[in-house]
Amino acid sequence: MQRIGVFVCHCGTNIAATVDVKRVAETLLKEPGVVHAEDYQYMCSEAGQKLIGDAIKEKQLTGIVVCSCSPRMHENTFRKAAERYGINPYLVEIANIREQCSWIHKDKEEATEKAIILGRAAVAKVMLNAPLQAGTSPVTKRALVIGGGIAGIQTALDIADAGFEVDIVERTPSIGGRMSQLDKTFPTLDCAACILTPKMVEANAHEKITLFTWSEVEKVGGFVGDFKVDIRKKARYVDMDKCTGCGECQAKCPNKKTPNEFNRGLNNRSAIYTPFAQAIPNVPVIDKNACTYLKTGKCGVCAKICKAGAINYEAQDEIITREYGAIVVATGFDTIKLDKFNEYGYNTNKDVITSLELERLMNAAGPTGGHVVRPSNGEDPKTIVFVQCVGSRDTTCRGKTYCSKICCMYTAKQAMLLKDHYPWLDIHVFYIDVRTPGKNFDEFYRRAVEEYDVDYIKGQVGKVSEAENGRLLVQASDLLDNRQIKMEADLVVLATAIEPNEGVRRIASMLTASIDTNDFLTEAHAKLRPVESPTAGIFLSGVCQGPKDIPETVAQAGAAASKVIGLLSKDHLVTNPCTAKCNQVYCNGCSNCEKVCPYGAISYDEQMVIRFGARETTRVATVNTALCQGCGACTVACPSGAMDLQGFSNRQILAEVDAICR
Amino acid sequence: MSMNNSEWKPKIVAFCCNWCSYAGADLAGSSRLAYPADVKIIRVPCSCRVNPMFILRAFQKGADGVILCGCHPGDCHYSTGNYYARRRMTTLFSMLDFLGVEKNRTHVEWVSAAEGVKFSATMNKFIEQVRELGPNVRLEDIRCKQN
Amino acid sequence: MKTVTADQIREISGVDTRKCMKCGRCSASCPAYDEMDIRPHQFISYVQNGNIEPLMNSKSISKCLSCFACVERCPRNVKPAKVIEAVRVSVLRQRGETILSADEMPELLDENMPQQLLMSAFRKYKK
Repeated sequence: MQRIGVFVCHCGTNIAATVDVKRVAETLLKEPGVVHAEDYQYMCSEAGQKLIGDAIKEKQLTGIVVCSCSPRMHENTFRKAAERYGINPYLVEIANIREQCSWIHKDKEEATEKAIILGRAAVAKVMLNAPLQAGTSPVTKRALVIGGGIAGIQTALDIADAGFEVDIVERTPSIGGRMSQLDKTFPTLDCAACILTPKMVEANAHEKITLFTWSEVEKVGGFVGDFKVDIRKKARYVDMDKCTGCGECQAKCPNKKTPNEFNRGLNNRSAIYTPFAQAIPNVPVIDKNACTYLKTGKCGVCAKICKAGAINYEAQDEIITREYGAIVVATGFDTIKLDKFNEYGYNTNKDVITSLELERLMNAAGPTGGHVVRPSNGEDPKTIVFVQCVGSRDTTCRGKTYCSKICCMYTAKQAMLLKDHYPWLDIHVFYIDVRTPGKNFDEFYRRAVEEYDVDYIKGQVGKVSEAENGRLLVQASDLLDNRQIKMEADLVVLATAIEPNEGVRRIASMLTASIDTNDFLTEAHAKLRPVESPTAGIFLSGVCQGPKDIPETVAQAGAAASKVIGLLSKDHLVTNPCTAKCNQVYCNGCSNCEKVCPYGAISYDEQMVIRFGARETTRVATVNTALCQGCGACTVACPSGAMDLQGFSNRQILAEVDAICR
Repeated sequence: MSMNNSEWKPKIVAFCCNWCSYAGADLAGSSRLAYPADVKIIRVPCSCRVNPMFILRAFQKGADGVILCGCHPGDCHYSTGNYYARRRMTTLFSMLDFLGVEKNRTHVEWVSAAEGVKFSATMNKFIEQVRELGPNVRLEDIRCKQN
Repeated sequence: MKTVTADQIREISGVDTRKCMKCGRCSASCPAYDEMDIRPHQFISYVQNGNIEPLMNSKSISKCLSCFACVERCPRNVKPAKVIEAVRVSVLRQRGETILSADEMPELLDENMPQQLLMSAFRKYKK
């Protein structure tokens, strides 16, 4: 005979304000099998947990229902409490009467009724719960970091410093990422290269860190503690061991017509190239889509000129398979495409540029050697207009609904640096709101206005067109003066919205990590678990999780690293005991379950089975509980009803259905 | 039907996968996005855990509508579960329709963990759909009814 | 003239004025801006504040070209031109007269006139 205890939480007033908790407890006490019911202000508190413990001892409870918040919140808390007080943790069920009841309903009568039904369903389920024992699985003590920008580098360094091996997979020829493209960084105006390069060198030199540049993650298998990852090392056509990084090949390559990605297409690069001077590794790659030799078999200049004999046109992509205990996603961001913003003329006018392009123009290692000129004619600009929120905070199909967060600050930075170099410049910034939360951020922005005389105008630019004299004509509104402005400018800089890097969707689905409507990876809990993905063993670092600046990225990278270290320092992980189980008496050996299992956890072999009192040797399914993740696909595929999922068994779910429809 | 439609409250059973839709429902809750109390959610690990039998049972026991929510295609926590769910439910729902349980009483929707707004909107829309159809009598087994 | 309510304007135009984030891109895009006494972005905030009477007496409602540049460029899908049109329609309905009839059209036509202008003209001047 089951003896169930029901515990109804007030959650302060979160539940009690809309649900009559006393009535819920009283009504559920009348359910068959329920021997104890009570309500308490905060069930998750130490005192609340003790109430549960006392009831377990006094009433010899065999099952527990907690009517409280979402099981995603406190299921673990109550399971641990149950274990502490002597019953199996899997004999606990949660009825979600906060997120799915009190918070969405206003009518007390209606909400109370629903809470009772939800409680009743949980009681019906817990009656059929069986005690489960969690198994363990070993942990591979190595981490994979996908993306070699500042987020990935920092995460890798922090993990490696704790003594664990880390691999960084970076799809471009060098680590460094977006930050290596920047000139100076706000709010202290450090030069990006000066603070990034030492970290890149450190990552390269660290004995625990292995870099896979010009590589991509191809396939991910396994689960937390034991991922198996295929990494595609794309053919570099240059031998990493032989190359001395002298750069002769790049200088002599006759094919210099490919737009330079690193400089955002502001100039061209050779077919054999390193993206920038401080690249790590300092070994060039040959762009097979540009190289004359690889396309036509004629040329071969780089091979002739290379004294080290490092060029190898026969190189092939290579797939290597490595095991990892944890994976960190640090795939970063790009600026959005501006094809839909015709009014700004980005695609038609060379002097309309994105702020990342301006960053390259301002950089001493950039296409103009740090001299800011009009890309159309190379002349010095006199008037520069900055347009904020291009594609950000845009609910139409053209842009992104979110605030890109970094633009207000980098615009202030760029305006100040420009004024520093070219004091005669006339700079106007059109803004909707200036958003500068952060340490020393607002002070920084005010300096641009008060010390540097940058003209901030509350309003937006409606149209940028070409004036007859070749300059740009900017039509904008000034909302505070209630006037329309038409001014000429030489350069228009668009603070373009940022979005997660292309390909993040592919990576997320390989990792089965969830992703939001904007393609940012979702965190396990928006406040309390911001650097973990809901998928165990997957961690998030940097802008792939949401827009953020460098200080925040570095902080998050450290946080992700500490979570990884916490995971890798364990020898074993407790596995989820809610796995599939085959009742071999009923199994007819059809293999349907084997085919639908995404983990290859089901195998078939000949076994001795006792059916209706007779022994027979027959082909039956067996579930490898170390591999099974408990999705339940097999239970539905099974035509004979032999396969069931522990913790979510057919009988349990049917009991819930019955209780709800009663 | 003698029943007054304004008094009648439909019974809706919603199966939600633990990783996306259940989290989406939680988000709808913490964002206080209301939907009628007629919806009762059953948590399952994955949409592919939902056996067609569960849905038949719900209709037998007097449910007026059944909705199944899972991760978006390609986003399944178990990589492929929602594809199985989609295929199974397409077949089941068209068969149910043939048997007289109208298409509008059944629905599959993809709701991610970040789509609280979508979850609430989906539920509101679905209930409206079921309300228009009135009570389900086709599969309901009156022997299952309690007095 | 009887003043219509802000809710009526919202209903006629189908515009939710709360969506506006006051960026001013509508007024920045407007080619008739200099002719207007009340500017496109102000229309939204006037309606939001329930201040309809000045809008009905404004000359802006007849200066709006219905070019829909503001609708096209609004990042929040607010559609200021629809609000202006709703006010214009309300005024015309009260006045109860048609300023432009179809019979007058042929002599006003010239071959360079875009068809869209005909539509706008009828929207504007016919009851």
